[in-house]
Amino acid sequence: MIKYIIRRLLEAIPTVLGVTILSFVLIHIVPGSPVRILLGSHYTPYRAQLLSQSLGLNKPLGVQYFVWLGNLLHGNFGFSYTYNQPVVYLMLQALPHTIIIVVVAVLLAHLFAVFLGSVQAYFEDTKFDRIVTVVNYFFYSMPTFWLAVLLIIFFAIDLPWFPAGGIVNTQLTTPTFVDWARHLVLPIAALFLVSVAGWARYMRASMREALLQDYVRTARMKGASEFRVIFVHALRNSILPLVTLFGLSLPSLLAGALFVEEVFNYPGMGLLYWDAVNARDFPVILGVTVFIGLVTVLGNLIADILYGMIDPRIQYA
Amino acid sequence: MIQESQLPRAGVVENLVDGRPGFNRRFWRSGMTMLGLVMLLFLVLFSFVGPLFYPLSATATNLLATDASPSAQFPLGTDSVGHNVLAQLMVGGQSSLEVGFAAAAVAMLFGTLYGLISGVAPAFVDSIMMRIVDILLSIPSIFILLFLNVVFTPSVGIMVLVLASTSWLGVSRIVRGETMSIKGQVYVEAARATGTGVWRIMLRYLLPNFIGTVLVAGTFQVADAILAMAGLSFLGLGLPPPTPNWGGMLSDGMNYMFQNSWWLIYPPGLCILIAEVSINLIGDGLRSAIETRER
Repeated sequence: MIKYIIRRLLEAIPTVLGVTILSFVLIHIVPGSPVRILLGSHYTPYRAQLLSQSLGLNKPLGVQYFVWLGNLLHGNFGFSYTYNQPVVYLMLQALPHTIIIVVVAVLLAHLFAVFLGSVQAYFEDTKFDRIVTVVNYFFYSMPTFWLAVLLIIFFAIDLPWFPAGGIVNTQLTTPTFVDWARHLVLPIAALFLVSVAGWARYMRASMREALLQDYVRTARMKGASEFRVIFVHALRNSILPLVTLFGLSLPSLLAGALFVEEVFNYPGMGLLYWDAVNARDFPVILGVTVFIGLVTVLGNLIADILYGMIDPRIQYA
Repeated sequence: MIQESQLPRAGVVENLVDGRPGFNRRFWRSGMTMLGLVMLLFLVLFSFVGPLFYPLSATATNLLATDASPSAQFPLGTDSVGHNVLAQLMVGGQSSLEVGFAAAAVAMLFGTLYGLISGVAPAFVDSIMMRIVDILLSIPSIFILLFLNVVFTPSVGIMVLVLASTSWLGVSRIVRGETMSIKGQVYVEAARATGTGVWRIMLRYLLPNFIGTVLVAGTFQVADAILAMAGLSFLGLGLPPPTPNWGGMLSDGMNYMFQNSWWLIYPPGLCILIAEVSINLIGDGLRSAIETRER
């Protein structure tokens, strides 16, 4: 097992390196030099030359890449053009905000999707199953940003239960936990609703297959209650694909977070990236892209390893 | 999204080609698929034929009628500069559908070719080609798309290429997997032994076995591309004005959320939703029709 984890970790290294190369190349296809952007109206050829020398931009691209990579390994993601702060600092500020909404939404969505999909599979082709399937389809196809806008209209404007955006009520003199939590409800709800639908669909299919297996019949024959049959015997097997699905859905989750953060003006990584794109703040764009690539690769790795831990049938050579 | 378990198996290659009647019955007689086709047809007629019956300009501004609520003159009201929302929806649909289908087609062509080559190439070339796909898949596409749209000023053609640049990845993975699973079959070896060229083997001996799976994947790519384009426009990085787009209209409408201007928020969102639901339904219908054929 340990050997397998180490091997998978080693295998992930080229992918991570590839992500850094890709991001670096993407940034360098941008027409116009960063020097021009940095200098703005102070641009003169002489100053440009001085600046590109001090930034190391006159070196060959390959050399620049390795210098940049070396800095990355030391945790130095560069300096933001617009905020005049280290990129790492900006990311560390934004990251906890994104983590909290994504993690809470994913956990809740998984729990609910597992429950919903299982019940749907058990009551397959009943009116209940059909209605839930249609509702799922609706949310599955719903653009995240529209859903977020609708949530604001319904639960922040028509029914003013929750704030429409941000993370603190600026009218409060001291920030309170309740106020903070109230700001999290709608962003989490948006991410939750778009994730549940897709996962419940998989769970339904997976549970349907499991319920046809011989061991389920055996469990029933020896007198296990229906609840026990579904949620103990069948669940254990049918939940496996969802673990892999979690790893695979990380990119779309992060993309969803970007839209949710933009709509709710929620200061996470997505909003940081969006602001950076609009301001052409390339060090931030580069930093966030590399970071997100890293998270995705790690997420898939963890999902793979978890899958192996849960499923004893998988043997590691 | 296509899962590994839904792909056809190698052992059933033989009965793939002659299953047509089964496919037709499965596909055309499914109520949900028909619903999807009807919805898509509605959108196509609405966007392309609608303007013939409602020939008002989508880009003309009318400062005497800004933020007008729906009336006989403006069935879906006007926005803050007096754009006619109904006319905008129709024209916006044109670009959404055109770009969506074109991007999916480009992605399908390129992804299929890439996957085929990777599948038949020597192992080390294959592993490099697939590693590239892994790397590109590691960064959520919207992050790449946002960036590319900043770099290249979007036009319809560039939009198609930008969207295709991330969506061919999934197709190439599927095709490569399919290719790997059947390239060892005896009939392929026989073809090779008789001196058939590698291109001919790829296109005539391998591809026909999983063209259905590719089509299913391509259908979902259309939905993804339309959604991605709406998302980019929503974030302000879609086709430049004055071309209207559903996503952009929605994001403009968001500024008037508090004024209860529902006609600026529900219609564009609904259009995107109808596009997504209809294409997903068709994709699901295609998939189950093809799957059954293969069992």
